[in-house]
Amino acid sequence: MDTYYDPADLAKFGDIGKDAPELGKKFFDYYGAVFAEGALTGREKALIALAVAHAVQCPYCIDAYTTDCLEKGSNLEEMTEALHVVSAIRGGASLVHGVQMRKIAEKLSL
Amino acid sequence: MSRSAFEDTLVQHGLELKRDETTTLQINVGLACNLACRHCHLEAGPIRTELMNEETVEAVIDCAGRFNFTAIDITGGAPELLPHLPQMVVRLAPLTSRLIIRTNLTALELPESAALPALYRDHRVVIVASLPAVNAAQAESQRGGGTWETSINALRRLNEFGYGSEGSGLELDLVSNPTGAFLPAGQAQLERRFHQDLQRRYGIAFTNLYTFANVPLGRFRSWLEQSGNLDGYLKKLAGGFNPCTFSGLMCRSQISVDWNGFLYDCDFNLAAGLHHSGHKLHISDLTRLPLPGTLIPVGDHCYSCTAGSGFT
Repeated sequence: MDTYYDPADLAKFGDIGKDAPELGKKFFDYYGAVFAEGALTGREKALIALAVAHAVQCPYCIDAYTTDCLEKGSNLEEMTEALHVVSAIRGGASLVHGVQMRKIAEKLSL
Repeated sequence: MSRSAFEDTLVQHGLELKRDETTTLQINVGLACNLACRHCHLEAGPIRTELMNEETVEAVIDCAGRFNFTAIDITGGAPELLPHLPQMVVRLAPLTSRLIIRTNLTALELPESAALPALYRDHRVVIVASLPAVNAAQAESQRGGGTWETSINALRRLNEFGYGSEGSGLELDLVSNPTGAFLPAGQAQLERRFHQDLQRRYGIAFTNLYTFANVPLGRFRSWLEQSGNLDGYLKKLAGGFNPCTFSGLMCRSQISVDWNGFLYDCDFNLAAGLHHSGHKLHISDLTRLPLPGTLIPVGDHCYSCTAGSGFT
């Protein structure tokens, strides 16, 4: 094994159900239902998935949802904006904790 | 000769690709084009000189008069570069209820094409225009720099002539091919988006949008090879094989003629050099339309038309 992440392994995702078939089936049924067209379009859901894939830094998901976004008609401009939403929330989540820092520092300081 | 993977797939599904009634005459007037799009299965472009000569134009018009085609579909290259195009429009329009001309839009903006929109309008020609995306960067990655603005200008001009307006009876259809080694978006969903974006951003109206998978032939195949995408793309197409597409495949109901007058079952077989009925037959020698049940030569490129919702 040259690397832990081999793109060819993505196609083996379904194998995860082999030793726990009932749980696997429940998961994949749920997964399929989540990505079906609903109040959100398939294209919108793919963009959300792409953003979350970057937040959780999953190479398989980034591969899968980059392709899915393109195949659902999104373009790089939209996909890049989605990543900036991730960056804003991730960065913002750190920065907003500065409120705690300030509160504690203020309490401790003269 | 070894059997192609596509033929194996047909055998596995118990299918044979056979012709149905022939209702459409597709005319490829040549490979000369003002653009050299990166997905072009015919490798058309500005350095290509292949164009239908007057004798072949006459043979094609004669054929259209001998038989009854419900649709006649003129493609290229860029049909606008054919000097005989206006003459073809005038003489073919009365011979069919649906005369279609394909355009890359930018060729319509060439000075020598100035009179074409009015001619098309007067003869109720259906215009089928390539527009891969509603995004300049994606569209130009396929068609070349500077093509986006020219395409938008051409669409606006066609709208001014009434094309794409509801109730005008002047049909302006768009065709979107993916801008890379991936499958096209769902047609209905993408059509909604094109309508919204083109109307909102440019005030452009059109009739229908068709989405088609890129065919792994010609310049697109070269790019797939060079970019290391060929295997993955072929697997994707083969994995998307959908037997339900079979009944509507265009090769079953059209006969395609090249700029030299030779016949094929579709424009992709033309690009692959697979002649109709397996041998070179000239349109002037066509004494009757192909019989339903005639086998259609196939190759692995045929997966493009059978993947997902298909290419009909």
